[in-house]
Amino acid sequence: MSKVTFRIWRGDSGQGEFKDYTTEVTEGMVVLDAMHQIQAENAQDLAIRWNCKAGKCGSCSAEINGMPKLMCMTQIKQLPAENPITVEPMRAFPHMRDLVSDVSWNFEVKKKIKGFSPKKADRPDGTWTMAQSDIDRPQEFRKCIECFLCQDVCHVLRDHHKHDEFIGPRFFVYSAALEMNPIDEGDRLADLKNQQGLGYCNITKCCTKVCPEHIHITDNAIIPLKERIVDEYYDPIKMVANFLFKRGKK
Amino acid sequence: MPEIAKLEHDVLVIGAGGAGLRAAIAAAAAGVKVGLITKSLLGKAHTVMAEGGMAAAMANVDDRDSWKVHFADTMRGGQYLNNWRMAELHAKESPDRVRELEAWGALFDRTKDGGILQRNFGGHRYPRLAHVGDRTGLEMIRTLQDHGVHQGIDVHMEHTVCTLLKDGDRVCGALSYDRQKGEFKLFHAKAIVLATGGVGRAFKITSNSWEYTGDGQALAYHAGAELMDMEFVQFHPTGMVWPPSVKGILVTEGVRGEGGVLRNKDGKRFMFDDIPDNYKNQTADSPEEGWRYVLGDKSARRPPELLTRDHVARCIQREVREGRGSPHGGVFLDIAWIKEKIPNAAEHIKKKLPSMYHQFMALADIDITKVPMEVGPTTHYIMGGVRVDGDSQMTSVPGLFAAGEVAAGLHGANRLGGNSLSDLVVFGKRAGDFAAEFAKKQGAGKINQAEVDEHIRKAMAPLERGSSAESPYAVQAKLQDTMQDLVGIVRREGEMQKALEVIGDLKKRAVNAGVGGGRVYNPGWHTCIDLANLLTVSEAIAKAALDRKESRGGHFRDDYPDKSTDGGTYNSIIKKGPDGAMQLQRRPLTPMPEELKQIIEDQKK
Ligand SMILES: Cc1cc2nc3c(=O)[nH]c(=O)nc-3n(C[C@H](O)[C@H](O)[C@H](O)COP(=O)(O)OP(=O)(O)OC[C@H]3O[C@@H](n4cnc5c(N)ncnc54)[C@H](O)[C@@H]3O)c2cc1C
Ligand code: SF4
Ligand code: SF4
Ligand code: FES
Repeated sequence: MSKVTFRIWRGDSGQGEFKDYTTEVTEGMVVLDAMHQIQAENAQDLAIRWNCKAGKCGSCSAEINGMPKLMCMTQIKQLPAENPITVEPMRAFPHMRDLVSDVSWNFEVKKKIKGFSPKKADRPDGTWTMAQSDIDRPQEFRKCIECFLCQDVCHVLRDHHKHDEFIGPRFFVYSAALEMNPIDEGDRLADLKNQQGLGYCNITKCCTKVCPEHIHITDNAIIPLKERIVDEYYDPIKMVANFLFKRGKK
Repeated sequence: MPEIAKLEHDVLVIGAGGAGLRAAIAAAAAGVKVGLITKSLLGKAHTVMAEGGMAAAMANVDDRDSWKVHFADTMRGGQYLNNWRMAELHAKESPDRVRELEAWGALFDRTKDGGILQRNFGGHRYPRLAHVGDRTGLEMIRTLQDHGVHQGIDVHMEHTVCTLLKDGDRVCGALSYDRQKGEFKLFHAKAIVLATGGVGRAFKITSNSWEYTGDGQALAYHAGAELMDMEFVQFHPTGMVWPPSVKGILVTEGVRGEGGVLRNKDGKRFMFDDIPDNYKNQTADSPEEGWRYVLGDKSARRPPELLTRDHVARCIQREVREGRGSPHGGVFLDIAWIKEKIPNAAEHIKKKLPSMYHQFMALADIDITKVPMEVGPTTHYIMGGVRVDGDSQMTSVPGLFAAGEVAAGLHGANRLGGNSLSDLVVFGKRAGDFAAEFAKKQGAGKINQAEVDEHIRKAMAPLERGSSAESPYAVQAKLQDTMQDLVGIVRREGEMQKALEVIGDLKKRAVNAGVGGGRVYNPGWHTCIDLANLLTVSEAIAKAALDRKESRGGHFRDDYPDKSTDGGTYNSIIKKGPDGAMQLQRRPLTPMPEELKQIIEDQKK
């Protein structure tokens, strides 16, 4: 048992300041436990978002000592021993209150991505034959818990605020899951290239580093999507063919 | 009173887990205007946490499976208190609901021939759970969410419904609180579907999320609906027990489905010691046979670790009580041992149970491919809930429907693992269909503004009392301790009476609770609102448990350790009396049709 000080961002809609709270930390405690304890002890109205406390819902995203992390999966003892530990909201989205930011933009982005459209079922019961090896990759992407930590860390959103032209790593992963689904027939490459800003990504891999689900966002989703776009739109033979047959889709 | 926003829908769905999303999609497909309200953000509901899989007799892995076997398994697991019509519909319709998820984009794990893979789970005779590693709930909720966003459903995130409104007998709307803006909103609706989930946060050690405060059960109860079988709370045998801050977090039954075994501190595999008579024929009598079953040998019978949850939880409890537990008050669950049996065991475990591997690594510094986990029972699920009609899911209040964990009936005295996810989509769809049909036949009801104002006044009171008043967190903690200790896994008359006294006292404290801060995103204030619901359902659980003087399924009485003969003949019904007090009644079961009885008999062989 020991006392640890947390420097927590408190305030409303962007206005705010850090305040220090000291609380007793016991074996195995995660940052979310400390926030709850502080809430119960002396900050009843401290705003935090959480649901599962098991790293499954992606609600408790925050910046801990400046790093985007899930509060429920960050053990206090794994943080540097010198106090205080700073806890602040995700900064790439509008601030709402204390540790909560307004992530609604993400929900709007998703609506604009073309949904799943399967080819005709090939089994008598209306399902599809798929080999496990063919779905390993899209299954990796479907592990995403929509914590938006990758969105938070991506400089295109965080520093350059390209929210109107760039959907961000989470939605590249989402698009890749659809594109690499063996039974999906939709085509999202043109949108990714023209409206969704895939070109802005310069593969710094910051998103991959923070993903709590260890999804290889850059190597497995973004780079292959970029390659597909190159194949589709910049391959000289295809360009001629596209021109001749005026086919807009693949 | 300030002006508040008013919204109109034909069908209002409260809750956006599997049941709520499926209901909203069904109602939208029926062509009515649908609103969907959720206490959290979209896609974060409790369903996201479900791990092991969803039960559906598709017979993809074992062709002996069929809806009849699934029906009989569900009834036996529920000790025959189930609403047999729901058990029948569930067994028949769940395969279609699984296939529909695939058509909407879900990617289930595959069999060798490329079909949907199914895994073993407790109480299911054959491998029956369609799954995606150990994150099946995430796959379900994401699929429904992504499909749903294109269906023209109005989604209201981070809204909490505080009360249901009625016009005469029928429901006509709901008052909600928007935590992002700090405002109340009035929802007018012709039909309402409750899909608010469970009550697990009434207990201290729980696998449940913050949302599980029994809101739907309490809302329905105050609107005049009946609650049924509230005494049946499921304590899942395997929750994490160490370190203290993770106590209660679930360890999926999938671990045992993949060959994990339970041992006490002496290394003894104790589950072979006590096999209930009605499962003897179908349970392995040696570890060797159990392992063959895990590998898919059809001539082998299930290992005893895959007996029903109520039974496994009590065996663990026994080992701990008799001093044979693990260092931190649980027992050992070992999946690492399979390295004696198969090559690449570590890789296999990581592939089959990725989030368990991750969870123990991150939270307990334990590598489950190398060493055993320490586990013990945790509050997990409530079989009881709002009583509904088996076909339409309508409650006893016209226009009010309920589906998913908030509804009672399907699971009887004990739910089989995997039967919840399938429940959500089977009955979520039914509730949505029937609610839309109901709404089409109705005019809009009339909302009583004075009643609305009164509710708002009540909801605002804690903010006026301020932070020097009673702390809602303290009241909540006291309630959780009380329920855990006095109405938990093992129950006794005197203790439950004591619990009811404490609940009475906490009710008085709760109405005096206050918080500091403003209306926007104030969790302390939210806790005040939740508390009233938690207290209502806790009282219902304790009352029903006190009345049932026998042990059956999830309900275990130390003072009446056996099943009684009449215990299998009735459901416990709770209703708000005319004087506002909680009334309890035993209601005889509806007789089962002969053909269903016959199915059960046939499956006993
Ligand atoms: C860790 C874990 C693992 C599990 N694994 C499995 C499994 O493998 N297989 C299986 O079959 N089952 C499993 N279960 C059980 C299953 O997940 C749940 O029973 C099921 O998801 C409940 O779904 P639901 O749709 O009824 O409610 P939920 O998914 O909990 O949704 C409830 C919704 O209601 C909303 N809500 C609540 N109150 C209000 C209010 N007052 N106002 C507005 N909205 C409100 C919430 O915000 C939420 O959106 C598991 C459960 C847990 C905890
Ligand atoms: S790799 Fe691309 S998407 Fe990821 S953080 Fe860097 S720029 Fe953003
Ligand atoms: S890709 Fe990873 S970091 Fe990004 S939202 Fe999903 S889980 Fe979070
Ligand atoms: S609370 Fe769900 S991920 Fe942290």
